[in-house]
Amino acid sequence: MRLATVVGTVVSTLKDPSLDDHKLLLIRPIDRQGKFKGPASVAVDSVGAGIGERVFYVANKEGSYPWYPDLVSSDCSIIGIIDPQNFNKAVE
Amino acid sequence: MLVGKIVGTVVATCKDEKLDGKKLLVVRIVDPETGSPAGYHVSVDTVRAGVGETVLVVGGSSARMAAGLEDHPVDSAIVGIVDTVDIAQKSTKGTR
Repeated sequence: MRLATVVGTVVSTLKDPSLDDHKLLLIRPIDRQGKFKGPASVAVDSVGAGIGERVFYVANKEGSYPWYPDLVSSDCSIIGIIDPQNFNKAVE
Repeated sequence: MLVGKIVGTVVATCKDEKLDGKKLLVVRIVDPETGSPAGYHVSVDTVRAGVGETVLVVGGSSARMAAGLEDHPVDSAIVGIVDTVDIAQKSTKGTR
């Protein structure tokens, strides 16, 4: 699992049926200080995250597991929102 | 998942029989924020996308969970056509 910040949203009308009704968000990985590192990617949201929030996500096949046994074609899924005060404490 | 633009097609006569009837497309992966290219993928199309369209590409074994690709030897699939990408205040439109 890795840390990221939600930086945007992605709209796609025509998509795989397994992705219907799922929110697609643009995330950028961050380091433990909250600085961006690496390129942005599109993640499927399973927790109701929003723009600007720090989240953690799973990549690869595990990205489809939040909806198991449903098979969702996702290789990157947001599975948690980090409480802001906890993140700041961890950095200090 | 990655965002990319379809830049071409791949034709292969001799291929795994499970790939028969599948459309193979060349996708140039781009960073949606900066627009910088990040390599090319050959992806199996599941949404009837075409050249010039901005698409969502799923990689790894999750590609096999797209409709019609169960138990197929595929590690990159096009699973959506991107309408828009909204980044904080700026908006990038797809090409559809």
